Amino acid sequence: MDHLTALENKSIFIIREAYYRFRNIAVLWSIGKDSTTLLWHCRKAFFGKIPFPVLHIDTGYKFPEIYRYRDRYAKEWGLDLIVARNEEKIRSGMGPDKGSKLECCTELKTNALKAAIARHGFKAILLGIRRDEHGIRAKERVFSPRDGDFKWNYEDQPAELWDNYKSTTHEEDHYRIHPILHMTELDVWNYVKREEIPIIELYSSKEGKRYRSIGCQPCCSPIESRARTVDEIIEELTTTKTSERAGRAQDKEDAYTMQKLRSLGYM
Amino acid sequence: MEERSLHIVIVGHVDHGKSTLVGRLLYDTGSLAPEKYEEIKAASGGEGGSVEFAYVMDHLEEERKRGITIDVAHTFFQTAKRRYVIIDAPGHKEFLKNMITGSSQAEAALLLVDITQGVREQTRRHCCILGLLGIDQVAVLVNKMDVVNYSEEAFDSVKGDIESALSGVGVNPSYIIPVSAIKGDNVADRSPNLGWFKGPTVLEALDSFSSLGMEDKALRFPVQDIYDMDGTSVIVGRVESGSMHRGAEVCVFPEGRTARIREIRKFMADDIEEAATGECIGVCIEDGALRRGQVLTDGATPTRSGSIRANVFWMAGRAWHPEMELVWKGTTQEARARIERILKRFDPASIEVIEKDAEEILPAEVAEVEIRLEKEVVVDRFTEIPEMGRFVLEHLGEPVAGGIII
Ligand SMILES: Nc1nc2c(ncn2[C@@H]2O[C@H](COP(=O)(O)OP(=O)(O)OP(=O)(O)O)[C@@H](O)[C@H]2O)c(=O)[nH]1
Repeated sequence: MDHLTALENKSIFIIREAYYRFRNIAVLWSIGKDSTTLLWHCRKAFFGKIPFPVLHIDTGYKFPEIYRYRDRYAKEWGLDLIVARNEEKIRSGMGPDKGSKLECCTELKTNALKAAIARHGFKAILLGIRRDEHGIRAKERVFSPRDGDFKWNYEDQPAELWDNYKSTTHEEDHYRIHPILHMTELDVWNYVKREEIPIIELYSSKEGKRYRSIGCQPCCSPIESRARTVDEIIEELTTTKTSERAGRAQDKEDAYTMQKLRSLGYM
Repeated sequence: MEERSLHIVIVGHVDHGKSTLVGRLLYDTGSLAPEKYEEIKAASGGEGGSVEFAYVMDHLEEERKRGITIDVAHTFFQTAKRRYVIIDAPGHKEFLKNMITGSSQAEAALLLVDITQGVREQTRRHCCILGLLGIDQVAVLVNKMDVVNYSEEAFDSVKGDIESALSGVGVNPSYIIPVSAIKGDNVADRSPNLGWFKGPTVLEALDSFSSLGMEDKALRFPVQDIYDMDGTSVIVGRVESGSMHRGAEVCVFPEGRTARIREIRKFMADDIEEAATGECIGVCIEDGALRRGQVLTDGATPTRSGSIRANVFWMAGRAWHPEMELVWKGTTQEARARIERILKRFDPASIEVIEKDAEEILPAEVAEVEIRLEKEVVVDRFTEIPEMGRFVLEHLGEPVAGGIII
């Protein structure tokens, strides 16, 4: 079995396991290449018809291209799309320039997710994070429990042997399920190429710049790049040395911002 | 380049240099992003001081402050030969469950031994775990050679101890290599400081390991779930061993009845005749309904039993006692279980059998046990079909032990 097929099978196994264990789950779709790859695996796992909602957390600061892409493919792939927004904070003008970035992420992303989980009673959320993205994510489990306050107890994670995942929950808990944890950035692009997954145009170079990682507009900066096609992006990644999230503000504030965000329930 | 990536776990006693080695390996092979290196340099205590390569892997604030690894971290790099997934495991006894979590994913291991300390408690314990998990590709790295001025005599005297300690747990190291993780001697490049050593560098040792092959084995297909697709019942699961063929007659265990495979399904693929080991598929069968936990087989018959003999490693912080309620989980099967008899228990850090016919198993101990299950399950010996020969025991939903069927 080739490398990409092996990665895909691993992911499908995890997705089906999560669905069996919890039934009431949702997949988080940020519209980026990783969560779209995850969504692709979900479609494969369920023969084209995903039997649970697809959740998009909208901070109101997303790129306009994101909304267009989202609505087009939600329709084409027959997704049960739920858009979650922290309306109160968006209306009160919360933003990355008001207070700290940490606070903004916590309110507009983490708390919006919290509210959506509570409203729909989801027992597990599928997330497209990868181990090679960040040192903190390198430490994640595939089935990662969160308590009622969303806390991640990273100092005492459950054992996870072979493909046996802890899945018991208490009333208030939920699980974060990470089906593509084992894929690298390059794996994702090679997979996107092989499967011909449609990818949002923000990743392609325009006037010498492109986004390598996308999130909210104010907190993402593009990189210098001439790569327009998926092939050119793959070519660029095999020669570059800078890391993927170099353009992401959350990772920069200090060495432990990401850890603090994640322990509070950030993705 | 080889298709599959090789998973390597890094083990050894506390502070013998596991994380430092991984950091150095990434740095010397150019796999570390420059700004990541800058971040580590800054976190190491600013200008002038030495760079703490362990920070590449030890990313939690608590880990850096305490100078230890708490949980496993996976990282990726590649050589001209293949891709690697490097799993850095913690050395503290307290975090043994994390070390086992990491090792359960590995096909080969690097064991670090600090030259000034020699074989210690966790060196032995980790070796024993590797042996139980069937990881037999092991390279021992005798680290911190810089501290002893790269002395060949010092290396030779530790080497003998290592060999005898490892053979005690049935591990036969492929190499014993002198290195300095912090300075990079013999990690990615051969070092003039260690000119007397004729063996491979760490990188060469890694490239000499082989991926576990896909042998031709009997079919084992544990049912994962059943989906209703427009009125058709589709059985989903992963082919754990062997292969599945359209039209073939299979046995449904534990009942032992037969069924015929009418169709193999995958999304966006038509007319599938065969599915190989590792593939997640859907199948439709001609007769009868199935449920999760049943196993489709062909050829060599698996063991169907309500009682199994196994080696278990106790990961929980609390000891096992006879009243403890357990759940046995192997592939997609699940059954309530009791440990009926402890034939012997031992502390892998010393390897001496503590007790025969014991009444308890303490944290971090290993025991040979007989487990009684509330219903029959389908298993194979670990040495025959590993996927079907390993399991987890849970207590109140918490994984407390791993087991290998003997
Ligand atoms: N002199 C010298 N010091 C080393 C070498 N390798 C590691 N060290 C130091 O040994 C200490 C422990 O190294 P780590 O890499 O954190 O050890 P570890 O085995 O990962 O530790 P745990 O994961 O907590 O068990 C650190 O202070 C390192 O700088 C070496 O080759 N020479």
